[in-house]
Amino acid sequence: MHRMNIVRALAGAVLLATSAFGMLYGCASAPAGHAVDDRAAAMMKSSFKAHGQATLDRLDQDETQRLCSEYAGRALPQPVVERIEKANLATIHFPADGKLVGDWKSGEKIAQSGRGFQYSDDPKQAAGANCYACHQLSPKELSYGTIGPSLYQFGKRRGYTDETRRYAWQKVYNAQAFSACSNMPRFGHHHILTDEQIRDVVALLVDPASPLNQ
Amino acid sequence: MPRTIRRIVAGIAAAAVFGGVVATALADSTADEIAKYRDALQDGNPAELWEARGEDMWKTPRGPKHVSFASCDLGLGAGVVKGAYAQLPRYFADAGRVMDLETRLLWCMTEQQGYTRADATKNVFGNGSAKRSDFEALAAYVTSQSQGVKMNVPLDEPHVHEMYALGEKMFFYRGGTHDFACATCHGEDGKRIRLQDLPNLTKVEGAQKAYTTWPAYRVSQGELRTFQWRLNDCFRQQRFPELVFGSDASIALTAYLAGRANGAEFQGPAIKR
Repeated sequence: MHRMNIVRALAGAVLLATSAFGMLYGCASAPAGHAVDDRAAAMMKSSFKAHGQATLDRLDQDETQRLCSEYAGRALPQPVVERIEKANLATIHFPADGKLVGDWKSGEKIAQSGRGFQYSDDPKQAAGANCYACHQLSPKELSYGTIGPSLYQFGKRRGYTDETRRYAWQKVYNAQAFSACSNMPRFGHHHILTDEQIRDVVALLVDPASPLNQ
Repeated sequence: MPRTIRRIVAGIAAAAVFGGVVATALADSTADEIAKYRDALQDGNPAELWEARGEDMWKTPRGPKHVSFASCDLGLGAGVVKGAYAQLPRYFADAGRVMDLETRLLWCMTEQQGYTRADATKNVFGNGSAKRSDFEALAAYVTSQSQGVKMNVPLDEPHVHEMYALGEKMFFYRGGTHDFACATCHGEDGKRIRLQDLPNLTKVEGAQKAYTTWPAYRVSQGELRTFQWRLNDCFRQQRFPELVFGSDASIALTAYLAGRANGAEFQGPAIKR
């Protein structure tokens, strides 16, 4: 018997034993626990192939991804919330020159673009943030999604202060520093956007001249 | 056949008219307009062209062994197509594996018709007239034979039960550069991306509505797309690596979503934007 086959046969036997166990105890929908998590992770590794820039290491979870997956669909216990937010806050850095606000016109283009990091995307082209996929921003853009809250008048509502600018920078950089398991990508932490691009998106949010604040 | 083509031409004309309506009515009732557009197309779904090609393919001897799908068992007996899709994925003892429709078709191609896996999977997804997919045509035909049949995935069977549980885990698995899981977009009611409504697949009604309307003719692509394609393209947008056709993860997720659709009438092949 080929070694691979033995491994597969063993895995099959374990799998059968586990599901029989689950059935015995009337485990109707989702058998929880780490055994299923481990099997799911192993299954994923063997079910995807690297394609261009989307390599298999994208399936490896960091602690935040692991915890957010584990607690999906349930209320996060407060200690877990604190652990995730603390770890993510620690990843945020501010630009060396202290300049947090760039050009809102460039920010609008970044907010419109959904390009980047898909295996079908050209890795040499700058990525977008695709903000409009999930948020209302400028009232001129009617085609916006609703997964995230409306950001219309973000700066006007919060006040054009240093605090607002610092919060906007940090939120775009790593949203989970403030909201554990938020659906929003961690644009700075994962290097989806450059510092320069984050500045421009921050400008779209907080510049009094931005169409979003009219 | 001429009647089918007449209906399809009428459908495409309706699509053009409603396309204009959709463009002018974006702000207020996009969803309503899209629903009307869908209704108008329903009578002349180009998916029928794929169904017809798939039916021919099903009945014609093919492959190095010159064997037709009459010997292919989709779970209800060799060659039985009627109602078979509504009970997939299921466990196949001859393959020792839970399989969805496309994986089972691939198994029949390699084990019975004599194709190599590489040959059989050359064109799993079509690309216009340049690249036609046998799987899309066969899936259109087989699934059309379950229209009006209630979904009944055998979740009590231990192997299927296990795959369902793994699929549920996958649904909530966050990863990649953007931290996305299936649940990121499909975990809440009434959400949309840009103007596209997103089904909440964590609710039974959401899963039923979504699962029973794949495969679908995608107007924007001019192609009939299968559920394997749907999953594959979701993971691309999730910034994950490429989901392997017929992989265990693809079958587990299908088992999860198909299983949650149990009890609802299958309606595919449908038509979508």
